[in-house]
Amino acid sequence: MTTVLDPTNEQKPVARQRSERSAVIDGMTIGLLDIRKPRGNVFLDRLQERLEERGFAVKRYAKPTFTKPAPADLRHQISQECNLVIEALAD
Amino acid sequence: MADAPALPDGLVAVVKRDCPTCVLVAPVLAELERAGAALTVYTQDDPDFPAEVTVRRDDRTLEVSFLHGIETVPTLLRVEGGREADRTEGWSRPAWEAFTGVSGLGGDLPEHRPGCGSLSVDPSLVDELRVRFEGGVLHARRLELASLEDEMEAIFERGWTDGLPVVPPTEARVLRMLEGTDRDPQEIVATVPPQLVPCTVEKVAINAVMAGCKPEYLPVVLAAVEAACTDQFNIHGLLCTTYYSGPLVIVNGPLATRIGMNSGHNVLGQGNRANSTIGRALQLVIRNVGGGHPGRHGIDRSAFGAPSKVGWSIAENEADLPPGWVPMSVEAGFDAGVDTVSLFAGHGPSAVVDQLARTADDLIGAFVRKVGSNFDPKFFARRLDNLLLIIGPEHGRVFAEDGWDKARIRAELNERLFRDAGLDVPSPRWDAPAIVFAGGDAGLFSALIEGWVSGPTGSQMICHPIRT
Repeated sequence: MTTVLDPTNEQKPVARQRSERSAVIDGMTIGLLDIRKPRGNVFLDRLQERLEERGFAVKRYAKPTFTKPAPADLRHQISQECNLVIEALAD
Repeated sequence: MADAPALPDGLVAVVKRDCPTCVLVAPVLAELERAGAALTVYTQDDPDFPAEVTVRRDDRTLEVSFLHGIETVPTLLRVEGGREADRTEGWSRPAWEAFTGVSGLGGDLPEHRPGCGSLSVDPSLVDELRVRFEGGVLHARRLELASLEDEMEAIFERGWTDGLPVVPPTEARVLRMLEGTDRDPQEIVATVPPQLVPCTVEKVAINAVMAGCKPEYLPVVLAAVEAACTDQFNIHGLLCTTYYSGPLVIVNGPLATRIGMNSGHNVLGQGNRANSTIGRALQLVIRNVGGGHPGRHGIDRSAFGAPSKVGWSIAENEADLPPGWVPMSVEAGFDAGVDTVSLFAGHGPSAVVDQLARTADDLIGAFVRKVGSNFDPKFFARRLDNLLLIIGPEHGRVFAEDGWDKARIRAELNERLFRDAGLDVPSPRWDAPAIVFAGGDAGLFSALIEGWVSGPTGSQMICHPIRT
């Protein structure tokens, strides 16, 4: 593997970096994101039940449509309100 | 550079088992310990060496050796308050006795023995060590190319090249390139159009590596970037115009010879590394840092371009200037011996041929006819400052034999062209046209470099000092 230095003005991302994963999730607020594929809500409803039984705070979100990326405002809202997100890609 | 690790107070020795002198002095180190010296021995290759000594430290990472600048083993240091007070290298009984204050050291040993090279300066290791310990000075984003990716293809795909292969800018290569200048890697060199991006010395060095430059060319490339990004030279306009031209870099001063630039045969052609890569590095900076890509989706909209747009750079042949002639940089106002880059927005060359003229007055006719064919009063009526003349040695000789220097050639050219066109002759200026003495010493030829529009809305030639 070769490491090279970027010769450009670095205004384009090379690859999005994953945020750091926490080993402990106790006490976290978990977001459940429905992308609006059919029956995603069924899956997320059940997940919410199970998480709440274990004492997690759960918040629900939905994209306007699965065909387009989540709007920036929605992504920002989730990042402000949750510690981690589970996205249902159900069909 | 990373901070050097603190050393223990007292005496510190740096050794390696692979060094015969270190093996020779191992009993002396034990003697010092027995004499009550606070001695710590760092070993570069074998943590069990020297077995005779009790306080050994493992320096197989070479961190202590590299960061304390150890060049020879054994090196004996005296450390006071965590700081090095003094050092002695190799084995010398008188030096070690004076250094340690212990007499009668190494009774069976020869008086002197030179040491061996420290592993921290071993050519096969030093690049890796520099990346490990000095890589922090590099702020550019790192990109890891996957092991199955072809380096050259990966770099093409990222759009970083001018269409020719480039040297992959690894950390080790960029650190070596930065050795070519005393300037801080994070110093801003210029604001590069078209995206008006502040460009650091480091970014210039990365692109210089890619262009194929040697470290000693870097000061020239830095000066060329500074000069290009001035309002006077106007690289933004030159980049965006539909015209043919690109920046031609001309180097004056002793540096040109020191870095091996060509000012002779094939001066505008291929085959010399400095000539081929300095201008290319400038163009890569404009492309990669400034964002100035050519083509339909880029801002470089040249209708035709020119092969010279890959990047071209030349030197003036100052050593062989005819008697009374001065370098172009001197005509531009710099003292002789000052290293400069001059940038001209041009393309070409176009041949000026006269193998028959034996007098200056006859020869200037060839230049008048050549320049005249490009001299359309509709566009270029004010000055000849969008032209550059490269006068070859044989033409130079014909002019000089009649006592004509550059200023006289310029004056006669202006006089004849403007007068014949029924126009006022403009007042003389060094860059109208600028004249460079270069080319092979066989061939009664010169070269005309045509340029983009000059004046305040175009590109005006600039002569700019080179800093190291």
